This record gives sequence, C-alpha cells and structure tokens, in this order.
Amino acid sequence: MEADYAIVGGGVVGLSVAWGLLKRGKRVLVLDGGDGSFRASRGNFGLVWVQSKGMKQPRYARWSQQSAAIWAEFAAELGHNTGRAIPLEQNGGYDLHFSEETLEATVRDYETLKHRLDGDYPYEVLGHNALRKEEPHIGPKVVGAILHHQDGHANPLRLLQALADDVRRLGGTVLTGKTVTAINKSDLFRIACDDGTSVEAAKVILSAGLGAAQLGPQLGFKAPIRPQRGQVLITEKLPKMINRPSLIARQVDEGGIQIGATNEEVGLDDRVTQPGLSGLAAEAIAAFPALARAQLVRSWGALRVLTPDGLPIYQESKTIPGAFLVTCHSGITLAAAHARLLPDWLEKTDKAPDLEVFSENRFAVS
Amino acid sequence: MKIVSPFPDANFSEHVAVSFDGQTHFLPKGTNLAAALLSAGITVFRNTPVSGAARAPYCMMGACFECLVEIDGVVRQACMMEVSEGLDIQHPQGRNSDDADL
Amino acid sequence: MRTFDLAVIGAGPAGMAAAVTAAKHGLTVALLDEQQRPGGQIYRDVDKASPERTEVLGRDYTHGRSLTTALRSASVDHIQGAVVWAIEDGFRISFTRDGAASQIGAEKILLATGALERPMPIPGWTLPGVMTAGAGQILLKQSGMIPEKAVLVGSGPLLYLLAAQMVRVGVPPLALVETQSWSDFKTASRNLFGALRGWRYLSKGLGLHSEILKARIPRYTGATDIAIEGTTNAEAVAFTAQGKRITLPCETALLHHGVVPNTQAARSLGARHLWDARQHCFSPELDGWGASSVQNLFIAGDSAGIGGAKAAEIAGQLAALKIAAECGKLAQDELERTAAPLKRARESELAARPFIDTAYPPYRPSLLPADETIICRCEEVTAGEIRRYATLGCLGPNQTKAFGRPGMGPCQGRYCGLTVTALLADANGTTPDETGHYRIRPPLKPVTLGELAAMGTQSDKVAK
Repeated sequence: MEADYAIVGGGVVGLSVAWGLLKRGKRVLVLDGGDGSFRASRGNFGLVWVQSKGMKQPRYARWSQQSAAIWAEFAAELGHNTGRAIPLEQNGGYDLHFSEETLEATVRDYETLKHRLDGDYPYEVLGHNALRKEEPHIGPKVVGAILHHQDGHANPLRLLQALADDVRRLGGTVLTGKTVTAINKSDLFRIACDDGTSVEAAKVILSAGLGAAQLGPQLGFKAPIRPQRGQVLITEKLPKMINRPSLIARQVDEGGIQIGATNEEVGLDDRVTQPGLSGLAAEAIAAFPALARAQLVRSWGALRVLTPDGLPIYQESKTIPGAFLVTCHSGITLAAAHARLLPDWLEKTDKAPDLEVFSENRFAVS
Repeated sequence: MKIVSPFPDANFSEHVAVSFDGQTHFLPKGTNLAAALLSAGITVFRNTPVSGAARAPYCMMGACFECLVEIDGVVRQACMMEVSEGLDIQHPQGRNSDDADL
Repeated sequence: MRTFDLAVIGAGPAGMAAAVTAAKHGLTVALLDEQQRPGGQIYRDVDKASPERTEVLGRDYTHGRSLTTALRSASVDHIQGAVVWAIEDGFRISFTRDGAASQIGAEKILLATGALERPMPIPGWTLPGVMTAGAGQILLKQSGMIPEKAVLVGSGPLLYLLAAQMVRVGVPPLALVETQSWSDFKTASRNLFGALRGWRYLSKGLGLHSEILKARIPRYTGATDIAIEGTTNAEAVAFTAQGKRITLPCETALLHHGVVPNTQAARSLGARHLWDARQHCFSPELDGWGASSVQNLFIAGDSAGIGGAKAAEIAGQLAALKIAAECGKLAQDELERTAAPLKRARESELAARPFIDTAYPPYRPSLLPADETIICRCEEVTAGEIRRYATLGCLGPNQTKAFGRPGMGPCQGRYCGLTVTALLADANGTTPDETGHYRIRPPLKPVTLGELAAMGTQSDKVAK
C-alpha cells in the first residue's frame, strides 16, 4: 500500500489533517489505534476557544482566532457531507471569576494581548448583575466574567464521528487497531505496526498524541510531550440552564452539564478520583448553585497532550525531510485550521501559513 | 398495565397521601414507591430526554433507571424508595420540557 | 474515615454468608447494600414477608432467613441503603446514604453484586408495561403485588417459577411465549449426566411445569420474531410459532432469557474479565477462592458467574475463609480443612448448570438484534447504528460510545453493554474478548453534585 501521506494517529488532529489533504486530491492513509488507546479526542471538553490562549505568544492567539473564524463553515461542510449536523455555538464564552482581583488581573493581561493583536480581541467585562441577565442561574459568589465574543463550543464527538465518516467517503484509507512500532525511510517511508502490518508513503505525519513522545525521536523530533490529566464530569440531561460555555461548565447540546477540568501531573493515569470530582463539583455549584441537585451520571479522566509551553508543535524533521510532527492540546479549536490551513504548510504552497513560532526550535537542547 | 395485590396483608398497612404530577394518591406507607405508583394505575413515569418516549419501571432493582421521578428537585429512582407521607413527585423535567428556553 | 479489614458489597446470599463467615473469624467487616433490608434480589425482604406470601414463594425463598438471622447476630457493620458509587485503590469506598455521601476504607473487598437480567432487546421492549421477569418476582417478594393480564416471554427456569407463583396467587399469566425449542433440549441432554447430579433442580423444574400445565396456561415454544406492540403502553405480544403469526393482547410483558453477572464494580477496579461462551456473558477471571486479577479484590456469587443462590452462599463462605487466612486469622491447614466440604457442596450445586444453560439458551435475535431495534434504552441507540459505527472503524464499545452515546446514560451500560460487544464482534469478525467491554468509571450510580461537593477535596488517607 502506498500513499502520498501516511498519518500516524486517527484522532481529531490526524483526521482533520487527513481530510484537508484528501480534499486536495492527495492519497492519504491513516493508522489508528484501538478501543482502549488514550484518546484525547473522546475525552476533551469540546470548547472552540480563543480567550486566554497565547497570552505570551500572540501568534498562538491569532492561530486560534483564525481557526475559530472558519470553524462554522468547516463544520457545515462536514455536516453536509455526512448528513448529520455538528452542533456548534459561537455566541461567546465566559471566563468566570470569584474575586475582583483575579478578574482585574486577567483584564490587564487581555489588554496587553489585545494591543499586540492590533485591537482584534473582542471581549467585554460583565459585572455580577450584567452576567446575571445573561445567565439567570449564576450564583452570588461569581463577581463577574469576561465575555469573549470569539469563543464557543461544539460537540467534539460528533466532529470525531463526522471526520471518521468523511475521510473514508473522500477515499482515505483508515487502518484501525494499529500500534506503530517503527518508521524508517529509504525511498519512501515504511511504517511498521506490531501486528506485522507495513505501509509505505511519500510523507509521514506524526499526530499520535502522547504516542509521539516515543515515535518522534525515531524521526529526529524532540517531541517533548507529556500527559496532563483532566477530570471531567457530566450531569443528567437538564432543561436549558446555561446559555454560554465557560471553562467551568457548559451545557452540551444533548442537555447534560459538562464540568471541568482538573490539571494533574500524574503520568499516564487517566482514572478519576473522589477528591478530583468533589473539587470540580464544588466549583460548579459555586458558579451555578442549582447544580447541587443535579445528578452526576458520568465522569472521566482524559490526558491532555502538552508541550512545555502549551503551544502546538508544527515541525518538519530536519534529519528526515518529509516527516512532520503535528501535535497540540487544542485539537477541537484548531480542527478547522488543521483541515483548511495546515495542508498549505505541509505542501509548502504560496498560501502556507507562517508557523515558525510553533517549530521545535523554541525548545532548548537538553 | 395493572398491578394487583393478591395478598390480604397489603390492605392492612396505613395509606398516606402522595402527590404525583399534582394528583393525590393514597398509597400504603413503607411500600416500594415504584410498585405503589404502578398499583395506583400510573403507567407512565417519565418521558425520555432523547425522544420524549414514555417509560415506566423495567427492572425494579435499581439498575435500569427507567423509573426516574423528580422529588424535591432531585431526579431519583422510584424503585429504590419507599412511600412516605407527603411525597411530592413530579415528572422529571428533562431536556424537552416546556421551560427548555429558560 | 472508618476502616475495616473487609468490605463486602451486596447483601445477597454471597455477601451475607461472606460477611458472617469473616466476622466469625475475627475480621472487622462492613457490609454495604443498596436496599433497606438484607436479602439481595433472591431473598428480597425475606424477613418482612407475611406467611401468605412465603407460602407462595416457597422454601427456596425462606431459606434466606437462615442467612439474615446469622447476619443479625454476627458482628458485622451492615450499612443498609448505601449506594456505592466509587471504589478506589487502597481501598476507599464512596457511597450515598439518606442523601449524604460518605466513605469507608477497607483492606480487602468482596464484591457480591449479583446478577442482572440479560438484556432482551426486541421491538417495543422500552414500552411501559414491559418489565423483566425478575421485576415481576421483586414486585411479588417485596410488595406482594403482581401484574394482571401478563404474558411471560423468553426462556429459562425463572419464567416457570414466576408463572407457577402467579398461578398460586390466583393471578395466572395469560400465556408463556417460550423461545427455546426441542432441539435445545436435545443438545442439553448431552449434559444430562451432570444434570442428574443436580437432580434437585430438575425435579423442581418438573414440579413447576406440572403446576403450569394444571392451570392450563397456554404455552408456545420455539417463538421467533417477537415484538411488543403498543403506542404508549404494551398492548400485545406478537410472535411466530410453529409457522403461525400470533398476537396475544396483554397489558404487561415480562421478559427473561437468563441472567448475567453484574460486573460494573469489578470492572471499575480494572478486574480482568473473560468471555464465557456457554453463558454468553463476561465473567471475572478468578481463582478457586474468588480472588480476582486485582490484588485484595474478591468476587463471589452470581457477579462471579451465574450459579444460583446456594452456590453463591457457598462461594461467599469460601472467599471469606481465604480472606481470613490472608489476614492471618486462619491457618493454612485450617483453611483447607474447612474449605474442602464447601468446595464439594459447591460442585454439586453447580452440576446442573451446563444442562440449564444449554436447554434454555438466550433468544438469539436479542443477542444480535435487527437494525431498527433499540439496544441502548437510555440514549435510544439502535443496533443498526452500532453496525454503522463498525464501518467507521469502531473496534470496541468505548469507540461506539463516543460516536453514538450507547452506554452514556444513567444505567451506565448495564443493559446495552453485552449487546454492543456482540454486535461489534459480529460486525468486525472478532471475538467478544478482542472487542472488549465498556470501561466502567465512577459514579457506578448517579450521585448529586451537592453530595459530591460536600465530601471535600482532602484525600482522606486510609488508616492502616
């Protein structure tokens, strides 16, 4: 089997890139894991989010904005192709604050960033009363919120499913249940899997999430990627009670209230813990007191795919040209950029976005 | 469906007032709430938040979650509760309820 | 946090017997159960049942009183009405009781969580008025109530037991629609030698059959294409038998085609499970004592594999003895000596199992339902959707869960898990073991955010 691109990793990142390449007529082969693989694509919070990103690196803020701006059109095309819409709302999102101090400090940071983005950072500060008009269920402990108008949320599982569907419809080959063990290059890249499968491709994209930490060095990447656990809760389905998403809680399109998330450095342990769940529940109740009587029906731990500075890595291998590392922890927000904009960078066209700040050059040799 | 009590002992227990969706029922105190509601002729306990389909007790042992009712704002399994005086039971709100656009 | 040598989850025959045995050997024991009174489902409310009721339910039911009596006099902390929703390593057990959450710690855990009715997805099975046969039994045992105008559908001894009991109380079922056929019985007869060793079960079965016969309950065997008809309530059972399409008007349909181990808690702790081809379900991988693949975690009774109440009681005792030995309360030779007769008794209890399992196989069309049949009751997902997700690359149930939500509802996949695994294995040409099962996580049962929040974020260390 020979392809223009072999993509290692069939999550939202890998499939978004695959979709974009297929739309350009490339032959694409995706190698995906099994039912039990660590999959940030099915454990994430589902935000299409701009605020708070790239506070120290405006290019990342801009890249997130670019993706958010074309998300609706991207989702609409996928929905059209697969016959099932991908729920998406981009009516803004909140950063909720329980103290004036943190609110003011965040506003100061946002002003700095806004300046560096030439003023394109549409947010407003809502005091408690203004917020209560928008969110009648908000609790008295919330002093206010930053409402960022470029924020929103989607159904990330429907995105995953639509991509899995449309990549196949566009002629992509997806091999499932594969664990890649070695990648070598002679004329072509040869990718070997633990079950004896071997595939060949002119180029290879490593978008294997946490798996890139092991495979990356084989291709000359630093791939300084680590897992960070996020515990997430979801309640029974409730009548509409939260209008806009926040980092604390959002009401998903099916009706449940999704509550997140912890940030824990615990290696590859993706279990939930009672203290973790209790802390999240308490914070959600502080924000929306009516949630105290809601039933928690599910919880899960998912592992974020994090780089030391939290930014994505887009890097072509210096030692083995034709091998690319594509990794980030915001695969949902950046899905549209990965599908629509990244193929130009991979193909080195005139329209290629400038992704230099996301290269591995930023990591010191250790 | 109709649930009957073929045993004489069931009729001896004290009956207390319980409200289901605003209707008052007199049910034997201390009996299983789901069983008591069924015997009172309530055949639909809730409508699903997915399609609105009618549902009623299925397993009677706390596993299927079909007998969900709302009591004091908390959605609970009727089959895991006992009848007590003054219970105010509502159809669970779910997603498709009238105030969905709150 | 209070800590115990042993926490037993589930106060059915296995759990009660284990708790009593362990306490007798000097272990500190907590017994947690969701119900307000001990007994499990098989001996549900056995202490409360009136003489009229016990006469109908029989001696197999009142046997439970020997266990509840022993439990009352044993030094066991019986925490009733406790809904366990998380068990973490170490062990830390979180549960809700009377609207408040709390925790206990335990050195060892014995799960005796019993069985669940095998899901029987057929068209119309979500309609009000459709219940499990087990639910019918529970209504009878706990509440002294029984549905009128009921049709019993499926296969297995429980169906006959319930039918006979309904006859005894004067509310006989309208009919028995049985899915097993004569050829199942012939296949099963190969195990007849084993079954004869379990003659008690066989003669009991024959007794039930004659009761049903005497009451002239119509019986249809080899039924296929079964559907429950109705709009908002069950109105009829429709099926094909002996080449004829038959529609039986009714108000209630009671479904049953066997029971399967309730593995939720064991899976949440990561205990290894294997597919049991004879019983068509997953069972935990255990040694002869009930020790699982997770250290200090034991499983006994039907949650370890279906064997019935008597076998469960013995298995509970055996596990408790082994746990007592591991805790240094029982010498090795003493353990072997005490266990030997119990092991023999268990073997004889289980002798009839292969015969029963083969004579009353599950209803095939419910193992691999037709495309339009709902298989996940909570999220209303159909079999056809699962098959479609297989074509989109889903190898296992955790992927279909993400794609289409089966298993995401409040029942946590209890009533769709086996069906989803079977459908995926069939579609992908894999075995159930390769396909796997849902990853079960807390909460094992829903808990309110308020209860959860009140527990605080300080990780309470288990005092050792």
